[in-house]
Amino acid sequence: METRKSTKLTLRVIALGYLAILLAVPLAIIFWRTFEHGFGPFRDSVTTPACQSAVQLSLLIVAIVVPINVVLGVVTALALARGKFPGRGVVQAVVDLPFAVSPVVVGVSLILLWGVHGWFGGLAEHGIRVIFSLPGMVLATIFVTLPFVVREVEPVLHEIGDEQEQAAATLGASRWQTFWRITLPAIRWGLVYGVVLTVARALGEFGALTVVAGGVPGKSQTLTLLVSSRYVDDRNTFGAYSAATVLMSLALLTLLLMTFVNRRRESNAR
Amino acid sequence: MTADVTLALDDAAAPASADTRGPVSRRPQSLRAPVGGVGPVGLGVATIWLSLIVLLPLAALVSKSFEKGPGGLWDAITVPSARATLIFTVLVSVVVALVNVVVGTLIAWVLVRDEFPGKGLVNALIDLPFALPTIVASIVLLGLYGPRSPINLNLVATKPAVVLALLFVTLPFVVRTVQPVLMEIDAEAEEAAASLGASNVVIFRRIVLPALAPALLSGAGLAFARAVGEFGSVVLIGGGIPRDTEVASQYIAKQIEVDRPVSAAAVSVALLAISFSVLLILRVVGARAAKRH
Repeated sequence: METRKSTKLTLRVIALGYLAILLAVPLAIIFWRTFEHGFGPFRDSVTTPACQSAVQLSLLIVAIVVPINVVLGVVTALALARGKFPGRGVVQAVVDLPFAVSPVVVGVSLILLWGVHGWFGGLAEHGIRVIFSLPGMVLATIFVTLPFVVREVEPVLHEIGDEQEQAAATLGASRWQTFWRITLPAIRWGLVYGVVLTVARALGEFGALTVVAGGVPGKSQTLTLLVSSRYVDDRNTFGAYSAATVLMSLALLTLLLMTFVNRRRESNAR
Repeated sequence: MTADVTLALDDAAAPASADTRGPVSRRPQSLRAPVGGVGPVGLGVATIWLSLIVLLPLAALVSKSFEKGPGGLWDAITVPSARATLIFTVLVSVVVALVNVVVGTLIAWVLVRDEFPGKGLVNALIDLPFALPTIVASIVLLGLYGPRSPINLNLVATKPAVVLALLFVTLPFVVRTVQPVLMEIDAEAEEAAASLGASNVVIFRRIVLPALAPALLSGAGLAFARAVGEFGSVVLIGGGIPRDTEVASQYIAKQIEVDRPVSAAAVSVALLAISFSVLLILRVVGARAAKRH
């Protein structure tokens, strides 16, 4: 399609204008508001005890969720890619389910299962509190991040096929040896990509945690919950901007990592 | 920058793109048990994991919503406040999906067919809403459209604010589904049509649009499904005024706060039904389109 120069220019202006008023300008304003009085106020705002414990809790959740998702995600991907069993389609659909469920609905479902009046409410009588404490937050985060590792690893497993694995087995390698020497090296960039997505989503989860966490400052408040509570409850707009800037920087870092890992993956595939 | 294109599709469009990956695995497999697999133990572990994390909570949700029978479920989602929030959520999501179809196609077109300095940066920016926490999206929009707006445009607690927040978080879907199709489209057909005297409008309607249709549909469907369940980006800027700017997820969160779990579960189930049926339609239409090719 031969477009005239003026048409091309008009379309470009509309596209860039839309992105500017929706993304770029609002982002720039937040960065500006955070740093308009220099770095000092920002540093003070993100080193308060409440903020530090929020950072620690966010990181703790990531540290618990990532290994679980990696191990069980790879097992599920292997089962789906290499196994033949009835109901494979159902398992595929269940893996994709978290993408289609609203985060708030995730939170409500967890309360109805693990809460005091829920199906597993009996646990509370034995002193095991799930809802309004760390286990509930971890369960919520696993729910929303569950598809990432599986969905990044499974297509790679299909692509590489199982000839090399067969060959290794024929030569007498055990299952573990085959996995460590053949399968894992082949899927590593897909796995890393899945982990990056998992970390980003885990740090950013908000809806499910609002319902499940209770958000007690210093106890069950993650970074995202801190942003919201500073803005809504404390009317501390600057504090909310500062905490949001921390999360925004992490998101930009994620984006960089995603681009980098993708380049590696593409060059590996060639 | 093809890398970025596949990347967004992989994580966001997984429900729809799962079908397209099928043919890769469809080749003769030996009858022996697959050696690289995890065996029955691994399958069992995976099943238990998925059940415990995903299925059991959702089962508890559905069972709670039926606690007072199907009539109770129906009553809970048709009380005026619940009905209002569900209708508003669906309408606003339709608007958002439609805007995305138009603007998303336009942005994808500019990114594929146009050349300008800084294009790589713009292309990378498209993925930002996926990487950015939703609550940060809310804060970011408040910067320009909130009480301290530098252009004196305070949209807080208005319907346009809800639309804006949803447009922010759904931006990548249509762009990232249309972009790769636009790249692969056969320029020769367009050139042939042009040499036969077809105008740009005709070329776009007769050649480009039909080729884009499946991608557009899938992008719009994903954007709709995301918008229907969105919470974090709307929560600060939308205001959550009952029967006005309150979206369904806000309503559900409030029902839990005031300790009405049956009502929360009922509206949750309605929300799930809406997004599942949209994704199911996408899957069926997508499978049909794949068969035709």
